[in-house]
Amino acid sequence: MAKSNPIIDSAISQEYEYGFITDIEQETIPPGLNEDVIRLISSKKNEPDWLLEWRLKAYNQWLKMEEPNWAKLHYAEIDFQAISYYSAPKEKEKLKSLDEVDPKLLETYTKLGIPLEEQKMLANVAVDAVFDSVSVTTTFKEELGKAGVIFCSFSEAVKNHPELIRKYLGSVVPPTDNYFAALNSAVFSDGSFVYIPKGVRCPMELSTYFRINAANTGQFERTLIVAEESSHVSYLEGCTAPMRDENQLHAAVVELIAHKNAEIKYSTVQNWYPGDPKTGRGGIYNFVTKRGTCLEDNSKISWTQVETGSALTWKYPSCILKGDNSVGEFYSVALSNNFQQADTGTKMIHIGKNTRSTIISKGISAGKGQNTYRGGVKIMKGAENARNYSQCDSILIGDECGAHTFPYIDVRNPTAQMEHEASTSRIGEDQLFYCNQRGISTEDAVSMIVNGFCKKVFNELPMEFAVEAQKLMEVSLEGAVG
Amino acid sequence: MLEIKNLHAGVDGKEILKGINLIIKPGELHAIMGRNGSGKSTLANIITGRDNYEVMKGSVTYNGKDLLDMLPEDRALSGIFMSFQYPVVIPGVNNTYFLRAALNAKLKHQGLKEMNAVDFMHLIREKLNRVQMDEKYLTRAVNDGFSGGEKKRNEILQMLTLEPTFSILDETDSGLDIDALKIVANGVNNFRNKERSFLAITHYQRLLEYMEPDFIHVLIDGEIVKSGDKTLAAELEKKGYSWLEK
Repeated sequence: MAKSNPIIDSAISQEYEYGFITDIEQETIPPGLNEDVIRLISSKKNEPDWLLEWRLKAYNQWLKMEEPNWAKLHYAEIDFQAISYYSAPKEKEKLKSLDEVDPKLLETYTKLGIPLEEQKMLANVAVDAVFDSVSVTTTFKEELGKAGVIFCSFSEAVKNHPELIRKYLGSVVPPTDNYFAALNSAVFSDGSFVYIPKGVRCPMELSTYFRINAANTGQFERTLIVAEESSHVSYLEGCTAPMRDENQLHAAVVELIAHKNAEIKYSTVQNWYPGDPKTGRGGIYNFVTKRGTCLEDNSKISWTQVETGSALTWKYPSCILKGDNSVGEFYSVALSNNFQQADTGTKMIHIGKNTRSTIISKGISAGKGQNTYRGGVKIMKGAENARNYSQCDSILIGDECGAHTFPYIDVRNPTAQMEHEASTSRIGEDQLFYCNQRGISTEDAVSMIVNGFCKKVFNELPMEFAVEAQKLMEVSLEGAVG
Repeated sequence: MLEIKNLHAGVDGKEILKGINLIIKPGELHAIMGRNGSGKSTLANIITGRDNYEVMKGSVTYNGKDLLDMLPEDRALSGIFMSFQYPVVIPGVNNTYFLRAALNAKLKHQGLKEMNAVDFMHLIREKLNRVQMDEKYLTRAVNDGFSGGEKKRNEILQMLTLEPTFSILDETDSGLDIDALKIVANGVNNFRNKERSFLAITHYQRLLEYMEPDFIHVLIDGEIVKSGDKTLAAELEKKGYSWLEK
């Protein structure tokens, strides 16, 4: 066999379906970051003083911090003064119902496959739509209200449920946690808030759809989910952005709190613009801090993520397993095609007794993509009989991409049981030829092999979205081979 | 009908096949015998369209269509099948899923309705019986952890399911014990009819004892040096290949 493989060497191209720009009148503040900008954001949102103080404190901490450089990501320095920290579609008047939402915005979401008119929506999924810095609308509010569930934009929550926000904001990810979390804490503009009262099983899937539209802006949202004793919620977020030549920054913070016997399932389908497939220009820089605390006994937090977009991904959804018998799970598929780079994984911190965690990570590298799994499992002294199972698999398509695995394990209690499995494989010319010889086209063969590889993770997604994820994977891999 | 005319072909500019002429008519089973490196597998790879093999001269047509001009999957869809000498492992893709995808690709190509999972299970159970394979292989990943014999039976299972009109059996006997060989040969024999033709590639006469060929061709250094009927196999077994060498 010859050394080079024409099937796999050939041009790699990928079509990004969501790259359109919505032409809408927007109010965008000039680029730059200083205390005045933070005061301006806070006043635009009519925030209470305590929150402004909280932001300013975070900002001053951020000034003293350094951008992390330990990730396996290469990018030009981010100029934080060149970014606009607030952009919102101009509202004519206060919105009372969906009928008053700008038709252009409704059209945007319909084009993205997320119609916001309730009768057209997927049954049993409530959506909060965040457009640049603000939440546009939240559907099914009334129905959720009947069950006592609060699902609203972060700004609304600050107004209507200040006691809950004050109690939980920053309780899992403190403002000083890391560079990007501090930045977010200073300038975050909106996001979603979910509160599930004691004993309630949320009657529908909750979902937030994030859309970046404006140029030269960053998106900095916060999501806070609180599940009271014996409650249950499944939440999903999706994200897209237009194709632009400049890199755009997305730095979000997600905090989850699970009380006794409560369960939170958090799923992400991330499809930010990955940049130009041929030159690598543009694309979203995705620096996200996601963490959940299993605060009390028998609670469970499960993260599932399908990361196909972004030029850069820096993201480690983690679980702090504080309560005895609590459970943390992380299921991940991360794809890096063309010039994409992903450094992603999880941290499982076992503090309580009999705590269990499962990590299933599937990395796919194609084109010149670089995919890194970085995970930490920590068993603290008091965590008797803790158990962890980790499985990290990588698959390579072509010979210009890379897969890297950095598992960190720190065990301080001798009763811990740890299992770690890892594998790296390649979609080879021989596999593709075998499929071809059975009448299966190369493109179908690649998606069949990749979907087979990701099955364990896709199975964890809510049903409606598993199919979406599978399709997304096909689109993202389009042209990855031959 | 498969027609090979004056075929010169090789890899990396090196000529391996040096003028092959061969006609295989519907219903016939031809065997190609020869030593390692004689060009047997190259011939199979040229017919099926494997990448990196180049044709320098000559033609290969199937039912009048120029095969060399077609993508490997299109050749497969027009009825050409190869039982691989080394079946490929595809981790994570379950055997049933793979087989159904292949069958549906063919049905779609023929303008027929794709088969649903229930109907497919009925079909596949019956085929499994013919190669005496356990149903548990269906839920395993394609060829993953299969023994040599299981892999070869799985190839025949695929042939029986896809019902090709021309099948290449590339060293299907290698790695099989005598029981497995009988099962595989039986699967092929029951599949033979007046429309279907076969090209069996083998080192040894053994396979041909269970699977009767209409013609045997001896390939030496990229050329067919002798053709004959089934009695040629026994002669080769006795005398070896050297008496045919130039």
